[in-house]
Amino acid sequence: MAKRERLSGNEAVAIALKQINPDVFPAFPITPSTEIPQYFASFVANGLVDTEFIPVESEHSSMSAAIGASAAGARALTATSSAGLAYMWEPLYLAASNRLPLVLAVVNRALSGPININCDHSDSMGARDSGFIQLYAENNQEAYDNMVQAFRISEHKDVQLPVMICQDGFITSHAVENITLLEDKEVKDFVGEYEPENYLLNPACPTAVGPYSVTDYYMEAKRAQAEAMKNAKDVILEVAKEFGDLSGRNYGFFESYHLEDAEYAVVMIGSAAGTTKDTIDQLRKQGVKAGLLKLRVFRPFPAEEIAEALKNVKAVAIMDRADSFSNQGGPLGAEVMSAMYRKHLQAEAINIVYGLGGRDVTVEDMGEVFAELARIAKTGEAGDTYRFMGVRG
Amino acid sequence: MTSLKEFMDRPDRLAPGHRMCAGCGATIAARNVLKAVKPEDHVVVTNATGCMEVSTFMYPYTAWQDSYIHNAFENASATTSGVEAAYKLMKKKGKLKEDENFKFITFGGDGGTYDIGFQSLSGAMERNCDYTYVCYDNGAYMNTGIQRSSATPMYADTTTTPVGSKSNGKPQNRKDLTNILVEHDIPYAAQTTFFKNFSDLYKKSEKAIYTKGASFLNIMTPCPRGWRYNTPEIMDICELAVETCYWPMYEVENGVFRLTYEPKKKLPVEEFLVKQGRFKHLFKPENEHLIEEFQMEVDRRWENLLKRCR
Repeated sequence: MAKRERLSGNEAVAIALKQINPDVFPAFPITPSTEIPQYFASFVANGLVDTEFIPVESEHSSMSAAIGASAAGARALTATSSAGLAYMWEPLYLAASNRLPLVLAVVNRALSGPININCDHSDSMGARDSGFIQLYAENNQEAYDNMVQAFRISEHKDVQLPVMICQDGFITSHAVENITLLEDKEVKDFVGEYEPENYLLNPACPTAVGPYSVTDYYMEAKRAQAEAMKNAKDVILEVAKEFGDLSGRNYGFFESYHLEDAEYAVVMIGSAAGTTKDTIDQLRKQGVKAGLLKLRVFRPFPAEEIAEALKNVKAVAIMDRADSFSNQGGPLGAEVMSAMYRKHLQAEAINIVYGLGGRDVTVEDMGEVFAELARIAKTGEAGDTYRFMGVRG
Repeated sequence: MTSLKEFMDRPDRLAPGHRMCAGCGATIAARNVLKAVKPEDHVVVTNATGCMEVSTFMYPYTAWQDSYIHNAFENASATTSGVEAAYKLMKKKGKLKEDENFKFITFGGDGGTYDIGFQSLSGAMERNCDYTYVCYDNGAYMNTGIQRSSATPMYADTTTTPVGSKSNGKPQNRKDLTNILVEHDIPYAAQTTFFKNFSDLYKKSEKAIYTKGASFLNIMTPCPRGWRYNTPEIMDICELAVETCYWPMYEVENGVFRLTYEPKKKLPVEEFLVKQGRFKHLFKPENEHLIEEFQMEVDRRWENLLKRCR
């Protein structure tokens, strides 16, 4: 029996964690993800979970302790945002390259400077090459659902990679919305017991983790890691299918909203997709064939599937909530355009950097984006493909 | 109390065939600290990046008979915190039997302990994580080629404090890390080195490993490459460090200081310095005052320690 509730995104993730009852949770506070360990600490204090909660002295240590716990054979996770994610940049690579299943609940926030506590994706996009699987949420329900699915993906024997589940700071993490929760037992059964193959605390067979590897072996290790990321594609879909059967909520690499017959499409990640859907609803009433591709899985990057979904559009705006300062646009723009190029798509494409440091995105803003796409499709001239939206002056 | 013979008869948990330098002090420390673990107990060794890590676990070979994890340079204690938490959970859930006991021992050089690993160390100590941190203090970043650390003694010639026409080596005194750890109010902290028949090292290791909660063991481990002494003379060097009171042998149990060895006649520190190439410049006639300064610092620290022990 599903339970209807009203929760913030942080509460939703914390409740999912209570239902999962993980083994080890090291954490360090940082806005706006602080509430996740805070809610969880109250579950620990009241005996609602068995978890060993470690209030460490930094984010570098929270990820390092999660690595130690995972290597030891435990189901481990941590949570962070922004500077915290940047500070744990080094151990992110260690978790992934040591092939350690664990979960990192990211609440997206701008990186300094100027120091800013509001949403953009510069933190997790900065970690896009760390070897973590990345799942993004549009709203609280998706943040909860991604959390429930994360350990299954991470621990799968063909994957064995850490997973980052991301939600938008404040917009999703602090806004209270209606949400449907699974029963505790449903989550417990879905996630299952963690049965590691080799682990430090196996008295019958000691193991060693984190070797020095010279040139003879390093590249093979990296190739194997790349293979695991490839395998993750099938596993993400398998887990989503099973989750869909259980919950009635279906997930894939991305959500297509009126994309099938769309002439003008927006590609984006996160909460602004909700606003864009409202814009599309209005435009559709006016007969404008507008559509949206909302990406859920950024790592592994579903390039072929994205290109296939965009094959009939005339013009596309790829919206990045992070700049990569390449003088070409943001990371999503670069990767989607590359996917389109490999499929020989002829659609015009522009890359728009938006919403940095929590800058608001309105239905009208997105209406202007679609109007611009219509103009580009008509004239066949994309103009500057690296643009900013919502900048004053 | 385990007898010296029992300690020595225990099989090595760090196997030969690793790639540490001949005569390396760090290896002697690791091998002998691990002799203090009861044969029926298991160990998870955590290792900060450094000489020991790159030389003992070069894929696909490991010299460690127990489970072992190397994570990074600065996070050995945080990593151990995670392992220890996993252990508590598995015990609680009955995933490990009552007689399946693990001990958690972390090895780090002075760079990974006094400097870059200090935050992680301090955090784990304050949380009273049930582990033993063993610092093999050879007084410089030896793995990267003898750069100064905050454990490097004053006037030592290192590659980042080279002796030159305007330099007499490292200008600053060394950090007194053992005392800083004592101030964390942990159940057990001690200093030792390779001295006489090693019984001091064995006893302190056993106490550290079998004290519930956080323990810190600071072991002076000479490095033939960095200190530039005649390699076979390691035991003489250690003895001189102790007899000159450069490296006092003491322990602090629940805040109570105790000298575990007091020299009958304190030797002048130059007897320790003269055997090492890194202090060669101090023995030029014009540098006599530098040895005097060095002696004053040793005396000051020794007197402070005596006050706390009495």
